[in-house]
Amino acid sequence: MRYLPLSEHDRGEMLAAVGVPDVGALFVDVPEAARLSGPIAGLPGHASEMAVERHMARLSAQSLTAGEVPFFLGAGAYRHHVPASVDHLIQRGEFLTAYTPYQPEIAQGTLQVLFEFQTQVARLFGTDVANASLYDGSTACWEAIAMAGRITRRNRAVLSGGLHPHYVGTAQTMARFTGDRLVTALPTLGAHADEDALIAAIDGETSCVLVQYPDVLGRVPDLARVAAAAQAKGALLVAVVTEPVALGLIESPGALGADIVVGEGQSLGVGLQFGGPYLGLFGCREKYVRQMPGRLCGETVDADGQRSFVLTLSTREQHIRREKATSNICTNSGLCALAFSIHMSLLGGEGLARMARASHLRAVQTAQALTRVPGVALVNETYVNEFAVTLPRPAADVVEALAQRRVLGGVALSRLLPGASDLANVLLVATSELTTDEDIATLVATLGEVLA
Amino acid sequence: MTALNPSGWRPEMGDAACAPEGAGATFTGNRALHLEEPLLFEIGRADHCGVDFDEVAGSPLAGLALRAAPVDLPGLSEPEAVRHYTRLSRQNYAIDLGLFPLGSCTMKHNPRLDEKVARMPGFADVHPLAPEGTVQGALKVIDELAHWLVELTGMASVAMTPKAGAHGELCGLLAIRAALDARGDKREVILVPESAHGTNPATAAFAGFKVEAIPATAAGRVDTAALIARLGPNVAGVMITNPNTCGLFESDLKTIADAVHAAGGYVYCDGANFNAIVGRVRPGDLGVDAMHINLHKTFSTPHGGGGPGAGPVVLSEALAPFAPLPFVKPGTDGVLHLIEEAQGAEMAPGAFGRMCAFHGQMGMFTRALAYILSHGADGLAQASGDAVLNANYVLRRLEHVLHAPFGATGPCMHEALFSDDGFAEGFSTLDLAKGLIDEGFHPMTVYFPLVVHGAMLVEPTETESKAGLDQFIAAMESLGQRARAGDAALKSAPHFAPRRRVDETRAARKPRLIWTPTEG
Repeated sequence: MRYLPLSEHDRGEMLAAVGVPDVGALFVDVPEAARLSGPIAGLPGHASEMAVERHMARLSAQSLTAGEVPFFLGAGAYRHHVPASVDHLIQRGEFLTAYTPYQPEIAQGTLQVLFEFQTQVARLFGTDVANASLYDGSTACWEAIAMAGRITRRNRAVLSGGLHPHYVGTAQTMARFTGDRLVTALPTLGAHADEDALIAAIDGETSCVLVQYPDVLGRVPDLARVAAAAQAKGALLVAVVTEPVALGLIESPGALGADIVVGEGQSLGVGLQFGGPYLGLFGCREKYVRQMPGRLCGETVDADGQRSFVLTLSTREQHIRREKATSNICTNSGLCALAFSIHMSLLGGEGLARMARASHLRAVQTAQALTRVPGVALVNETYVNEFAVTLPRPAADVVEALAQRRVLGGVALSRLLPGASDLANVLLVATSELTTDEDIATLVATLGEVLA
Repeated sequence: MTALNPSGWRPEMGDAACAPEGAGATFTGNRALHLEEPLLFEIGRADHCGVDFDEVAGSPLAGLALRAAPVDLPGLSEPEAVRHYTRLSRQNYAIDLGLFPLGSCTMKHNPRLDEKVARMPGFADVHPLAPEGTVQGALKVIDELAHWLVELTGMASVAMTPKAGAHGELCGLLAIRAALDARGDKREVILVPESAHGTNPATAAFAGFKVEAIPATAAGRVDTAALIARLGPNVAGVMITNPNTCGLFESDLKTIADAVHAAGGYVYCDGANFNAIVGRVRPGDLGVDAMHINLHKTFSTPHGGGGPGAGPVVLSEALAPFAPLPFVKPGTDGVLHLIEEAQGAEMAPGAFGRMCAFHGQMGMFTRALAYILSHGADGLAQASGDAVLNANYVLRRLEHVLHAPFGATGPCMHEALFSDDGFAEGFSTLDLAKGLIDEGFHPMTVYFPLVVHGAMLVEPTETESKAGLDQFIAAMESLGQRARAGDAALKSAPHFAPRRRVDETRAARKPRLIWTPTEG
């Protein structure tokens, strides 16, 4: 077996040194009845690299990949160009095969990356600080609700109708068990997000208001207005960013008054990967730092006075605080944070702005072209690189029909909100710098065919 | 004086670190292959960019309020970026460099085939909301992996979406909560042995349970009598790690599980140490109701400097109906179907909800499946056998110089536990760990489990050759003797790492969590 270095001779010598006749004798503490008498049922013996690769390639070939066809899916996961150097660098063994940097003297590489990552996220979000990552956007969103509860000592959270339904679902799952109260709403289909209804739902018991920015339909909500209304009632504004590339074009949530900003970092460096692993981003005001979930990297010095980095404020964390920790999270998304950070370093602020602009202009072109298809109407007045259109019939059927014709044309909102019959005809369409003129032309022509 | 690096920042040069006997400090602060690397913010420039974009025609939407200025972040050209991160990588220890005996963490070789298959486009370049018919390749990986996880554990089903071990613990406890709710039972106490990982009590609290600690016996196992005595109508369940954090198999687990079930509770098993028994023992045969499997431990998906992981949770018949959405279900037509919210009400009425957006850690599933298929039934059993043999070899070869608190009670599983008992006055586990850094090894897990004073938990894994272990053992013998003799040089180790001991107190007292231009 190519991964196991011990030879039979080695094993014999080692068993002798241990003083047992065979490996089975080392399992003496396992009750006899629980020891398997033979190999795991049905699992074949070990396989060569070529055999496994052949099997996996055969499975891979059964998917229609985004790169093969015109592709317009978003709704919380975006396909952007990832520079080749990103994947090369994250595969350096010193990054890939390192553990959490608990021994800072031999982990300065990972730690400096985390410090740079935290700074990048804080600047992108417009927050004072950011952590070293959480699992993904949806779990970061729940963590923000829990944190706002600790800060305000209130447990009623108001979730905007524009929040991604999977994020709402994740929060509802947790709230069911923690006793937190969530006020939720379905998205309204207006050209603008319905901030009046959201503001009306805030009361003196509200811990936080969650607003996705841009929202699930791609609209850009008036964050500053909601922030002011929330803060007037003693509640925190939590902004949720599922498409960080959009912030290359529109103002950062922190600058508009958000107290906590969470997001999904997958757009930069990570790729689609069928939904995971992704990258939870988490930033907030400095005064809340001791209530933050997850790891934090801080600057310090070593015994010689050299600048060094180290995981810090760990008294918030489960390995120290146990049941009093701010979160149970341990393993986070370290390697995805590295990929994000490298991609962001390659871009810089100006590169991000160019990427966002290219993605946006493709959206403008796509929206204009789609609305020329009879029966298709644009919902949004504002959007960055994702928008919603209404179709003359259920979007789920149209998505299937497009896929039959090898076009991945968008996400039916009903896939995320199956119960809402008046949203059944809504199609979410996303673009990026990867979108081409041909993609748009094929989408429009095929949609015309399908709807005809 | 201007350093060669034009960044404007030079590393401060500590005398001891930079000036070995007979040599002066270097001009740059570098030492040959050891290159100091400034922060991105000190070398990057706003007008540097490592990505070219094609021009797109048109102008931004009229109604959109554009930001006044780009995000204030420096960029790097591609060669600058490659050098920055390559230099940083060289300040890390990693499995690829050598033995990484972190107990409870299972730091073993990460096969590069697994990296290759994870990047196959049918898994890596598919969208989580793409139509079901277009993602059959990805769904087949989930289904195949789920099948083998169920077979390897002897359980009824598996929830694939949890994103790491602690998230899996949460999933398991929520399933228990949902099962209790379904029968109208308000039990609110979870029993957790004091030797447990910190995530166990943190998870139970996060899920709204009250946590009560159960003591360990002098033999390093859960106090079965104390646990059974505590059972009653308000105990929802227990969380037990098996093999436990002292490196021992909980021989009474089946007895405990039967008692917990008889009292109306459920058994959660922390599967962090599954690598010791995979292919040889099935937790389902021990009465477990839920157990997470850290794919980044037992099935060797890379730790990546802290993540990502994946924490699928296998479930018993009793808990399976409450598994979260979404999941994959084979149809009669050979097509795999996704059961999400739209289908859940009909297909999974007991599902307790959703753990996260989308379908879990696909990128880890492909790697874990490739690992399982590569090893096969014989290879998995051989791997756990070698992991246990390696740990016992370390235990027996070192117990003459390091105190092994449970060494006399019998063999260990895949981890050998030592303590600082017998060290000279003022010498601690930390000193030995830092000495190990100078010897070219990553330290073992230190000060965990909490039930042993100055604990050192060594998990060599099956990745190590006998020659590698012999070298490690020799280094540990030397360090153990130095700690017992009170060798002062050990107190200030490491001497040869990229950094000397790092001041953690200073970092926490006045946290500097992001770079600001005023410093340096």
